[in-house]
Amino acid sequence: MASEAPALIGSSGDSLREAFGKALSGLADEFPKLVVLDADIAGGTGVHHFRKSHPERFLQFGIAEQNMMAAAGGLAAVGLLPVVTTFAVFCLRAVEQARLSLAYCKRNAMIVASHPGLDVGPDGGSAQALEDIAAFRAIPGMTVISPADPIETALATRAILEFDGPVYMRTGRSPARRVFGDDHTFEIGKGRIVRGGNDVTIVACGVEVARAVEAAQVLAEDGIHARVVNMATIKPIDAVLLERCAKETGAIVTAEDHNILGGLGGAVAESLALTYPCPIEFVGVKDVFGASGEPEELAVMFGLGSKSIAEAARRAIARKGRM
Amino acid sequence: MAFAPKAVITSRREAAPPPARDLEQEIALAARFVRQHVIASIYHAGSGHPGGSLSCADILATLFGAELNTWPGSPHDPMRDRFVLSKGHAAPALYAVGAHHGYCDKLASLKLRKFGSPFQGHPHIGDLPWVETSTGSLGQGFSVALGMAMGLKLQNSSARVYALLGDGELQEGEVWEGAMCAAHHKLDNFCAIIDYNKLQSDARNDEIMRLEPLAAKWRAFDWAVAEIDGHDVSALLKTFRRAGATHDRPSVIIAHTVKGKGVPYMENMPAWHGSVKLTREQADDALTALGATHKEIREYLDGV
Ligand SMILES: Cc1ncc(C[n+]2csc(CCOP(=O)(O)OP(=O)(O)O)c2C)c(N)n1
Ligand SMILES: [Mg+2]
Repeated sequence: MASEAPALIGSSGDSLREAFGKALSGLADEFPKLVVLDADIAGGTGVHHFRKSHPERFLQFGIAEQNMMAAAGGLAAVGLLPVVTTFAVFCLRAVEQARLSLAYCKRNAMIVASHPGLDVGPDGGSAQALEDIAAFRAIPGMTVISPADPIETALATRAILEFDGPVYMRTGRSPARRVFGDDHTFEIGKGRIVRGGNDVTIVACGVEVARAVEAAQVLAEDGIHARVVNMATIKPIDAVLLERCAKETGAIVTAEDHNILGGLGGAVAESLALTYPCPIEFVGVKDVFGASGEPEELAVMFGLGSKSIAEAARRAIARKGRM
Repeated sequence: MAFAPKAVITSRREAAPPPARDLEQEIALAARFVRQHVIASIYHAGSGHPGGSLSCADILATLFGAELNTWPGSPHDPMRDRFVLSKGHAAPALYAVGAHHGYCDKLASLKLRKFGSPFQGHPHIGDLPWVETSTGSLGQGFSVALGMAMGLKLQNSSARVYALLGDGELQEGEVWEGAMCAAHHKLDNFCAIIDYNKLQSDARNDEIMRLEPLAAKWRAFDWAVAEIDGHDVSALLKTFRRAGATHDRPSVIIAHTVKGKGVPYMENMPAWHGSVKLTREQADDALTALGATHKEIREYLDGV
């Protein structure tokens, strides 16, 4: 387990969606039952790579997400391994299909959603899904994953293909920073400490992991040692690791590119309420819609940047002993 | 679209002999059983959807009695045909036809909608593997079924997929997403049947949201369309056979039916859509109209 600060490798120019799309193509021969479902948005979700490499297993559904989502249930029912791809916001349109025709039927089907959160950037508020983790997390039996960087996205892509059961996974639209080295490993359901510290734990997922590491670096300059946990699996949440972090650091900050209601923060709070209640501060979009802008500008404006995370950490620490 | 070189799917039904008289009689008897069982199970449940269960009894009896290549003993056989009850609220009729053909127990399936019973208000694959997929949210079963048809074709299977939809269900946008999709992908192993009973939950289709011209809509979506009397077993048999021999296009059978068929006081009455409680007297009347003897009625209503 890394206790050193990982080197943020900077923008690799590679977005999580590209990492996903390339990984999927690379895995296709190993998973002969894999089929990829698209709703006229392959260029955006990264599966254009798969369309090119495996056209016979690329299924076009047109701009009709509800039919696509439920049809994935049928494809899974006859033994194929369907991966539904579209933008996160359009997955919201088919939540009920995912609920009844995938999760309730316990289908081995995957939903991989690109363009989540403010990371969408210039397309603006209409396109920025800030509710998807909450919606999919509430579906019984649905596993929910949000990897942090391109390396982890590629590993998670393999992991969800190997996993049995319905999965919702977020990728990302914008060029992502590398958080992990090539030796990184990924396991569904396991959080990972990516930076050691005992004053507070920052639990983050997706793009917020890199920002959390940055925040920890800033806090370290003031002598505050923040632990950073990459909680790539939001459901099932790693309750054991959370309890341990709460005991060892006494305060928690959650950070996600999502509404503060019902997402990672909610999952962490629900878990710790039962195991080891302690002060928790929530970094995320505060129950409002997004807006156009570059992801970094939006992160600052909506309080998702490293500065906001560091401030939340100081607040959480200040609340220790006041519970 | 196929993985391997695309196989030409020749229907097993093309060469089938014309239906025998006794087959039609057998199916008619099965349909009568389905209707009686529907009334009994809804009576015991104290709720349920009789109207739309009765209207599709002949369709289900024909499918299970002659058309579907499925086997109660092997519900997971990859070669089996698939049937999806997209109008999931007609579950009592599905359980009844299943009971008639040995997919489930006749007595157990009278415990409709009861605590601890696998015979939920809407079919659930987690409880009953042979129902193929869980339904109840209108529109979805149709999409799941077309996904099955697409997947079977991709794997060069000769199995066919059937989905039964309500007419009101056609108001769901998802159905037309699927209609476009199935035609685009030339899913000729896929057959949709519309239980065209002209009524939906609250009132007539015409009052709620007009469907006509219905056959023209499906034709415009490039489906092979047949329009028949959905209570005429001989017509159903012939039409299914023709649908099985259709190439490059999915088939839709618009089956004109009567909601509540077989129970005079229910026929064409929106009030008997559901979810209704049947009194003992009403159940008795209905079973009598459906040809049950006194002894059978006592068994249905008191034997559980
Ligand atoms: C998506 C969805 N919306 C609403 C309902 C509630 N509902 C159940 S049955 C029904 C009427 C269905 O009418 P129709 O399809 O004509 O069925 P039938 O007449 O054959 O019973 C409605 C509105 C539902 N089950 N699913
Ligand atoms: Mg109707």
